[in-house]
Amino acid sequence: MAKTALQFQHNGRDVAIFVDGGTNLLVALRELIGDMTPKFGCGQGGCGTCSVLIDGEIHLSCLTLAETVAGRSVETLDGIKDGPNLHPLQRAFADNFAAQCGYCTPGMLMAAKALLDRNPQPSRAEVVEAISGNICRCTGYEPIINAVLAAASGGRARA
Amino acid sequence: MTRYRGRGIASVNYPIGMNLGGDPSQALVHSNPSGKFTVALSSIDLGQGMKSVTRQICAETLGVPVEDVYVDTADSDTGPHCMGSFASRGTHRVGNAVMAAAREARGVMMEAAAEELEVNAADLETDGRGNIHVKGAPHRSISTKDVAIAAQFKQGKTISGRGIFLVPLSDVDPETGEMSPATCYAHACLVAEVEVDDETGEVDMIRMDSAYELGRALNPRLVEQQLVGGAWMGVSHALYETPEPYYPEPVHGPRDFVEYLMPGPGDICPHDIAVLERPAPDGPFGAKGPGEMCANPVLPAVANAIFNAVGVRIDDLPITPEKVLRAIKAQGGARPQPRR
Repeated sequence: MAKTALQFQHNGRDVAIFVDGGTNLLVALRELIGDMTPKFGCGQGGCGTCSVLIDGEIHLSCLTLAETVAGRSVETLDGIKDGPNLHPLQRAFADNFAAQCGYCTPGMLMAAKALLDRNPQPSRAEVVEAISGNICRCTGYEPIINAVLAAASGGRARA
Repeated sequence: MTRYRGRGIASVNYPIGMNLGGDPSQALVHSNPSGKFTVALSSIDLGQGMKSVTRQICAETLGVPVEDVYVDTADSDTGPHCMGSFASRGTHRVGNAVMAAAREARGVMMEAAAEELEVNAADLETDGRGNIHVKGAPHRSISTKDVAIAAQFKQGKTISGRGIFLVPLSDVDPETGEMSPATCYAHACLVAEVEVDDETGEVDMIRMDSAYELGRALNPRLVEQQLVGGAWMGVSHALYETPEPYYPEPVHGPRDFVEYLMPGPGDICPHDIAVLERPAPDGPFGAKGPGEMCANPVLPAVANAIFNAVGVRIDDLPITPEKVLRAIKAQGGARPQPRR
């Protein structure tokens, strides 16, 4: 089958790849672009660890056809730090011990970033809602929720 | 429809590591010419903090800064043998092996330093900041880096150590049948408060209060992290997870994360934890380790809380809404038990 030329922005950088029809965005990112930060968990939208932002909105890359991001902006965990400086969310995750095995962490961070980008001072309930599509086996979620609240502007979250 | 509150308690007496003796783990420690140390293990850090704790134990035993210790784990090709990361054995078994290896390496390091400073090794001490000096005379000092360089390039010594921890076999007393299944025990007590809906059989967690006694907490934040997360694994086993609901029949078993139920971030409840430290005589710096015990008391506490709330005793897991509802119907309605 003929491959399709695909251009989009990957963490602010223009990329051009050829994809087979039906290739999902997760495979395109990991295997064709070499960005290993979105993880393959279940491959069917049940775990959230492959989450990426497409034009600022959270999406499951395993359920997104690569061709649908043509001309759009895709942001992954690889793009959120500023050079050697961790993103405030990454810093807060470390400070709050919000990762153990770390497999859910990329998806949790992207879900949290999508939330804080549109709502810099979320309530606890809003944080819970924002990460409810992501599952974590190790932490019991509490440290993750606390980390997101801590990272929210000035650490002053609404009750 | 009525929602009934109930409270249940459970305590556990948890043996650390595998029972009846044996259960070995090994560690190797060596210095690099930079004066930094590497611990080679094949134990696996699944995220519980095995690497951090190994680093702390090794640095403390060697008397060097924690930043000067690297841990190379999880490769059975390059690391010495380990039984594995399970049975809450990591901190205790592997920690003891690391301590033994670091102690041997420290002996060589002190001998090498003694040769450089032309004193007796017994007169030397480490300052924990990367220097070795004569007791009472801190100006007669040499850095661990210079010792490592001297050992490597001048003295021809390897600053290294081997460690193994093996629990003696426990024989059964032929007269009494008595034996010592474990060398140390951790303990926990947890109170769970739940709310049970008598129309749907659903159980909501309201809060948990617990106390864990786990020897010395070598890294209190990691201990807390394990206790918080582990309790939720316990809740998950108590109320949600089942690989095969009709075990051993695999029919209707979950096939993916959508069908395999686990609590989500919206299902958690406040959990107040107290950590009690009673150092174990045979633990590394007194540590026993939290491990599996984090999850264990939750299951019986939740089952007891459900009994307290509606008077039904469910004795197989998970305690699904279906089981609770059938049991409530069978006894002709909820029968709240007295709260103490």
